[in-house]
Amino acid sequence: METVAFYLFSILITGLFLVTAFSRNILYAMSALAAGMVLISGLFFIMGADFLGAVQLVVYSGAVMALYAFGMMFFDATRDVKEKNSPAGIVFLLSGISAVILVAIFAAPKIGENIKALVTGTKGADNPHVIGEVLFTKYLVPFEVAAVMLLVAMIAGIVLASKKMDESLSEIYIDADPETVAKEEQK
Amino acid sequence: MTIGLTHYLVLSAILFAVGLAGVLRRKNLLMLFFATEIMLNAANIAFAAISTHIGDLSGQMFALFIIAIAASEVAVGLGLLILIYKKYGTLDLDNLSIMKG
Repeated sequence: METVAFYLFSILITGLFLVTAFSRNILYAMSALAAGMVLISGLFFIMGADFLGAVQLVVYSGAVMALYAFGMMFFDATRDVKEKNSPAGIVFLLSGISAVILVAIFAAPKIGENIKALVTGTKGADNPHVIGEVLFTKYLVPFEVAAVMLLVAMIAGIVLASKKMDESLSEIYIDADPETVAKEEQK
Repeated sequence: MTIGLTHYLVLSAILFAVGLAGVLRRKNLLMLFFATEIMLNAANIAFAAISTHIGDLSGQMFALFIIAIAASEVAVGLGLLILIYKKYGTLDLDNLSIMKG
C-alpha cells in the first residue's frame, strides 16, 4: 500500500513540477505548482511526518499559492510568456549532470552508520505532540526569530506593494484642497 | 519491496534537478520564483525523509523553518516583482538587463 502510494505520488509530483518548470502559461504553471504542493504533503503523511504535512498543506498550498494568485492580479496572466531561450542543450546537460551527481551521492553507501538520534522527544508519543515538545524547548529561540522575520517580511510586502497607492491618495487630497481648486478655477 | 530512505532521496534529487533546470532556463521572473519553490520543496522532502529514518526530529524542525522562510521570501519577492512590473511593464529578464556589461 505504501509502495503504491509512494510511486503514484512521486510520478504525479514529478510530472506536475515539470509542467511548472516548462509551461508557457503562468496560470497552468501556478495550478500545477499548487497541485504538486498538495501531493508533497501526502508524501509527508506516508513518511510519518504528520505535522509537517499539515503545515505544508496550510502554508504552502494555502498561503503561498494564495499570495501568488493575488500577485497574479497585477500581471497579465492570460497571455503566453514569450521567452527568448538560449540553446537548451547546455541547460539540460548541466541539470542532468547535477541530478546524476546528487543521486550518486544519496544512493552511495551511508558513511554515517553510527549516527545517534539526539532530539527524540517523548518515546511513543504522536508526531505533532513530539514536534510541539521539541519546538518549544530546544528550538524556542529560532522559532521566535522566525516569527519576527515573518513580521518584518509582512511589513516589507505591504510597504513595497502599496507605494503607488500612497501617491494616488495624496492626489485625491490635493484635489479636495480649496486653494488648489480656486487656482484651477482662475486658470 | 518496501520504500526506504533511498527512494525519498532519489525523488528529492530528481525534483531538485527539475527546479534547477527551471531556474537556468526561465527568463520570466515569476516563473523563476516557481522554480525556486520547487527546489525548496525538494530540500524539504530530503530533510523529512532523513529525519524519520534516523528518528531525530531536527530534520523536521529544519523543514518547518524552511517553510517559514519561503513564506517570507514570497511576501517580499512579490512586492518587488509588483514594483518592477509597475516601473518597466515587463517581467522578462532580457528586457530588464539595463546594465550593458
